[in-house]
Amino acid sequence: MSWELLRLHAPALLIAVPLVASFAMPILGRTKLSRGIIALGAMALTSCIAIFLSYTVYTSGVLLYVFGAESPALSIPPDSGGIPIRIIFTIDALSAFMTLIVAIVGFSVFLYSMSSDQRHTGLEGYYTLFLMMIAGILGMVNTGDLFNFFVFLEISSLAGAGLVAFRIEKGKAVEGALKFAVLSTMGALLLLFAVGIFYWQYDALNIAAIASRMQFSLLDQIALVMLVAALAMKCGSVPLHFWTPDAYSMAPSSVTAMLVVSSQASLYGLFRVIFTLYGIKLDWVTVGWIVIALGMLSMFVGVTMAIPQKDVKRLMAYHAISQTGYMLLGVGVGIAVLGDPASLQSYGMAAIDGGLFHIFNHAMYKGLLFLTAGAIIYVTGTRDMNAMGGLGHRMKYTMIFFMIGALAIAGIPPFNGFASKLVIYESVYRFSPVLAIIAMLVSILTLASFVKVFHSVFMGPELPEYDTGREVPLPMLLGMGLLAGIVIVIGIFPAPFIDHLVAPAAQALVNQAGYISAVAGGG
Amino acid sequence: MLSTTFHTGAGYWNPLVWLGVFLLLLVLAYLFWFRGESGYRREGEQTKPFLSGNRAPARGEMHLRASHLYWGFTEAIRGYYERVVPAHTGVLNDYLLWFLGVMSFILVIMVVIR
Amino acid sequence: MIGNLPLITVGLITVIGLFTIVSKRNLIKILMGLNIFEAAVNLFLISIGYREGGIAPIYTNAVQGLMVLPTPQALTLTSIVIGVATTAMLLAFVTIIYRNYGTVDTDRIRELRE
Repeated sequence: MSWELLRLHAPALLIAVPLVASFAMPILGRTKLSRGIIALGAMALTSCIAIFLSYTVYTSGVLLYVFGAESPALSIPPDSGGIPIRIIFTIDALSAFMTLIVAIVGFSVFLYSMSSDQRHTGLEGYYTLFLMMIAGILGMVNTGDLFNFFVFLEISSLAGAGLVAFRIEKGKAVEGALKFAVLSTMGALLLLFAVGIFYWQYDALNIAAIASRMQFSLLDQIALVMLVAALAMKCGSVPLHFWTPDAYSMAPSSVTAMLVVSSQASLYGLFRVIFTLYGIKLDWVTVGWIVIALGMLSMFVGVTMAIPQKDVKRLMAYHAISQTGYMLLGVGVGIAVLGDPASLQSYGMAAIDGGLFHIFNHAMYKGLLFLTAGAIIYVTGTRDMNAMGGLGHRMKYTMIFFMIGALAIAGIPPFNGFASKLVIYESVYRFSPVLAIIAMLVSILTLASFVKVFHSVFMGPELPEYDTGREVPLPMLLGMGLLAGIVIVIGIFPAPFIDHLVAPAAQALVNQAGYISAVAGGG
Repeated sequence: MLSTTFHTGAGYWNPLVWLGVFLLLLVLAYLFWFRGESGYRREGEQTKPFLSGNRAPARGEMHLRASHLYWGFTEAIRGYYERVVPAHTGVLNDYLLWFLGVMSFILVIMVVIR
Repeated sequence: MIGNLPLITVGLITVIGLFTIVSKRNLIKILMGLNIFEAAVNLFLISIGYREGGIAPIYTNAVQGLMVLPTPQALTLTSIVIGVATTAMLLAFVTIIYRNYGTVDTDRIRELRE
């Protein structure tokens, strides 16, 4: 009985557990022990619920959860005139896919944070914000309601900005946080404007309800522009990326790894808006090419800006922008052939598969790389790569984890980055060879720039100033090791992963009718 | 049964082959190392670098620091870097202006021209 | 014409807010511009929720007439609350920046660039 109840209310618990733990933290988390138990326990519980939920969705199809209704499946009340008025969580395979990412990265990051952040004060506030951010990201990827998406977006950006500013660092961290927060607020307000436009026309806020009535009038087009611009800014694509290196480089490293996931939740929002909200009705060639153009610019400018950087985290932040370009390129090609069933079947779906697969892989190896950067900063106390050298002698495990992450981001087999890039290259090549060739060039430059980091940080003779340096504590190694293990396992078994997790997610993204009928048929 | 062969639509890829090659290289490297000089000592003069009789620089001086790497690359496409790097001004107004500018650009393409 | 007045006001306030955001170099003024833009969005939400002759959905002693679903009003309240939180946080950031940099001029708050 209670098992059944748990299964029924898992979507609500997914948000409730981190939120309740977050608000309990300032009261109960006064000592180191209780703080650790609450933070790690809440995150572990959230991850378990998330994995359970994803498993349920992958095995038995779209899951609806209607807040405040008599039964969680009653999406359209009989007296509402056919409009779903309540807040509905619509969890399809794509949402489950993103939830899985949050679960894995979130748990590793919390494990890592258990020792990496302990040298600082005010940690109960830190974990309060951190858990709130997790709740915000989980809400963004699972909600089926546009206004609710705005609220969760604001929760995750506000908590994220607070965390970026957490270690003031003579005001520099606050500067990064301020830029991040002002731009996020701006984007969120535009998103709210678009939500208003939809309510004006269709009297609905639910994504499925709006999608089923979508006219693609002039107002809808303006709303689409606002949504695309706001969400592309939030996911950090060039030329809207300026806040990304500022915020990523100044945040504590465990937070940066989570900010990557938060950006990808915005990317999810972008794809959800284009595919599910508008679907075939929008002008797919134009929108597809805009997304491809953003992707190409992100790839190229991101990687070229990364090469001359001196700050290790700023360099990695530019790589995060560059890798976002691959996802935009893959899915953009899918959008550009959305209305052409023959091309969609022959390479469009593969391109979308590649883009989504890359989201997962990116969250894993980029999270890992930011965590290793945090370990380096933990030992050396500086971010400046010019001041580093010879750390490989004392930090062997960190060096191995860094190598795994660096080879994965550069697309070297047998790590997971190779598998997703291979899918993207092959499918994009059939769409336009030039784009695929530029993508490969960017991959080479990525490798070049990580060779630079590897050489300047780990290689060379042991520097006298780090003679007392030691390997980082065990929880940090465990957090990195978990992500590194996933990077390797997916690299060796890409086929089952694509078949069972990525392909259903891509199908769910393209299948607009299925999404609508899941909500409309739930009455 | 988990299969490692990965069909991409245009071809296939099996990481095990790569791992096999990797392992083979490791074995080869071990063999070379194994046949090496056995009289090597870890202390003394022979571990020091030999620079034509000059004294080796201090440990910190020997390391090639990050900013020296890829100097040639950035120099070769200096025209590009001179335009792109200063665009990252760090001024909040510019960030907002870029955001609104790109939004109007997309608006023009998506709504006006089409 | 008179029915469109709220929407015209929305357009006007939006332009004022966005112009303030991109043209003013003082952080406090940028935040004011952000709040003006937010007011525009809130006014927009309220004005789309207005129905001629509709009454509030309060069932106690209800008079005859068309009841209006108060969703836009609820959205506006939520948005105002979020706006207050955002503004408070941003002002706190500006305070810390002023303490460390001694200025609120965006041209001089650019430690992070390039």
